[in-house]
Amino acid sequence: MTTAAEKVGAGTATWVDDRLGSSNFVKRSLTKVFPDHWSFMLGEIALYSFIVLLLSGTYLTLFFEGSSREVIYNGAYLPLKGIPMSAAYESTLRISFEVRGGLIMRQIHHWAALLFMASIVVHLMRVFFTGAFRKPRELNWLIGVLLLITGLLEGFAGYSLPDDLLSGTGLRIAYSIMLSIPVLGTWVAFLLFGGEYPGGQIIERLYPVHILLIPGLILGLITFHMMLIWYQKHTQFAGPGRTEDNVVGSKIYPAYAAKAGGFFFLVFGVMAALGGLAQINPIWLYGPYDPSQVSAGSQPDWYIGFLDGSTRLMPNWELRALGHTFSPNVLVPTQVLPGVLFALLMFYPFIEAKLTGDKGYHNLLDRPRDKPVRTALGVMSITFYVVLLIAGGNDIIANIFHLSINEITYTLRTALFVLPPIAYVITKRFCLSLQRADDELIHHGIESGTIRRLPSGEFVEETVAVPAHYSVLMATSDERRAAIAHSEHEHAVAAALPTRPRGFFRPKGGVIVEQAPADKELEGTVD
Amino acid sequence: MRARLSSYAVVLLALVMVGGLYTAFAAPKPKADAGTTGDFAVSQGRQLYLQGCSTCHGLANQGGAGGPSLVGVGASAVVFQVSTGRMPLANGAAQAPRKKQKYDRDQIDQLAAYIQSIGGGPTVPSGSLSDGDLALGGDLFRTNCSSCHNFAGAGGALTRSKYAPALKKATAEEIYTAMQSGPENMPRFSDNTLSPDEKRAIVKYVRFITNENKDPGGAALGHYGPIPEGLVIFLVGIGALIVVTLWIGARA
Repeated sequence: MTTAAEKVGAGTATWVDDRLGSSNFVKRSLTKVFPDHWSFMLGEIALYSFIVLLLSGTYLTLFFEGSSREVIYNGAYLPLKGIPMSAAYESTLRISFEVRGGLIMRQIHHWAALLFMASIVVHLMRVFFTGAFRKPRELNWLIGVLLLITGLLEGFAGYSLPDDLLSGTGLRIAYSIMLSIPVLGTWVAFLLFGGEYPGGQIIERLYPVHILLIPGLILGLITFHMMLIWYQKHTQFAGPGRTEDNVVGSKIYPAYAAKAGGFFFLVFGVMAALGGLAQINPIWLYGPYDPSQVSAGSQPDWYIGFLDGSTRLMPNWELRALGHTFSPNVLVPTQVLPGVLFALLMFYPFIEAKLTGDKGYHNLLDRPRDKPVRTALGVMSITFYVVLLIAGGNDIIANIFHLSINEITYTLRTALFVLPPIAYVITKRFCLSLQRADDELIHHGIESGTIRRLPSGEFVEETVAVPAHYSVLMATSDERRAAIAHSEHEHAVAAALPTRPRGFFRPKGGVIVEQAPADKELEGTVD
Repeated sequence: MRARLSSYAVVLLALVMVGGLYTAFAAPKPKADAGTTGDFAVSQGRQLYLQGCSTCHGLANQGGAGGPSLVGVGASAVVFQVSTGRMPLANGAAQAPRKKQKYDRDQIDQLAAYIQSIGGGPTVPSGSLSDGDLALGGDLFRTNCSSCHNFAGAGGALTRSKYAPALKKATAEEIYTAMQSGPENMPRFSDNTLSPDEKRAIVKYVRFITNENKDPGGAALGHYGPIPEGLVIFLVGIGALIVVTLWIGARA
């Protein structure tokens, strides 16, 4: 009953298999299981926006000219007609106004870059707060942080390429940051820019870095990242039937493939919608780069914003000694601070393992509340970061809300040191509270609202046990597992509980209802 | 009866003739004068000044605690300050905000004539302000204006609650007179710094970016640069996609 098409298909498959012996690999791969949880898809957003970046970026390279050669503009945008500019800027204007589909491609590319970085950060938070970075996955955490850093550099290079006023302002700042390196600064800056700023070389150098060197690096790191996920298997939340040694979820084919494929198109759709509806980086309004011009509200893209913020908050300390100027006002916020922050981020898994003495393998994820210190450290870091991010936009905030930029800066300087410890304490208390609420629920059971009177005249409150899919999840630490094992409600009735199997940290699947033997004492009360 | 009717007609005719002659000879005179130029305007302007401005600027225009002397600021400063509603000042904030105009156009011209009469200064430009060189204006705007008013004229913050206002509401005359007079924290751009043609070019460009620019890329996000873009990617981009992950996750 096989059709001709099936015969051809089977024949081709056999032909390939005879030569590559790949059927085993394919079979194993297709039946591989990937755990289901919404938060496991955040990293996928980064992957898919990277694909969008590659596709839209390739289109842009067809028309972009990465050259600082000076030209006189004679294109479609009248307000710039006759203005001298670089070929890079002119070609970006051409892409925006003359190339078919050029503007939407540019905008999709830029939005996708912002999304790429944003999704990396959100994914990183998920991995951090659930402890997914613990042994054996420390290496993959390192690769992830490297991806964050390379993404940052890649984004900055792309931001600089159109050679508009904003690009040039950013490069000017990058040049100054290099100058602030003690002893080497001047030479490093001259080397990279090919001389005194602007040097006439930087666009030509950044172009291959942006379209070949760093994307290649990112692609390699992503491949390695995914191979490690494949090999080490994805982590999962605790739940009925889920152990450190198994993976419960959907098979790669067809369920997971369908989900991931659909998700790719949704990510692409959101990018296309943003690219089509929201204007990003209107380079024609910024104008061509001219070192004598700087616009108000010149800001980096959001992922560099924390460094802009740290620079804005840093007091203007500058030292002159031995005939040299040292600029801690630039060096500390733009190099020392990110150096320390990224080092802490990179080595966090090792630091935590050292401090907790935890050398075990972990395939089950933590609930954030079960690790109050880690969760509190995370929220503390996020608070620190967000204060810096807000500081990066102090002028925009002052302008929109009619506030004094000086007062904002003083307030944020204080907030940078005061808010993180407060965030730490509050988060830790919050986690402990949630843990206690869990314990109480497990020990006490869920109140059914029924009060029963015993023959002796005593009133007793009827409670129902927490169903397995709750209690297993709550039992993520050994002590609490033990506590639950001794719970008086281990065999009690679990009927009245509202079924909420699809929550943030609750595993999916049908509600498991255990039928327990009726209480003997209560039996006596039934007439 | 006929005599009475004809006498009425004669009186009526006479009235019409007198009225007509009066209208023909007398009426145009106050209209041409309407109080905006000449000695009459100066005296009217002085009256308005004494009533509405002298409390701060001084009865003899000597200036005082509330406001500076206006000798030499010229008609152009008066037109800018009063037509944007900045003067009369409501209160002593860090900077006078744009508000509803308190004097009508004739009164503004009278005030301007009075101030012009007491010490000279830049005068309001005559002729069209909409024929400047757009590209030249853009280049000059980016060099001289964008560092405070932002690349798209969306405004920007200065120190201690002072600000360079957004330019969308500014008329061509207001942009021109602002450059001439340097209101608030803005520097003055005399005709030696920016020639009248260059000022016209800037006016043309500012009107273009604030009122004619169609933003081909879509929603302008306030023209505030990368900050709103960052907010959008988190609130809209990441926000929408997390909803999507929850939706897909719920269907697994």
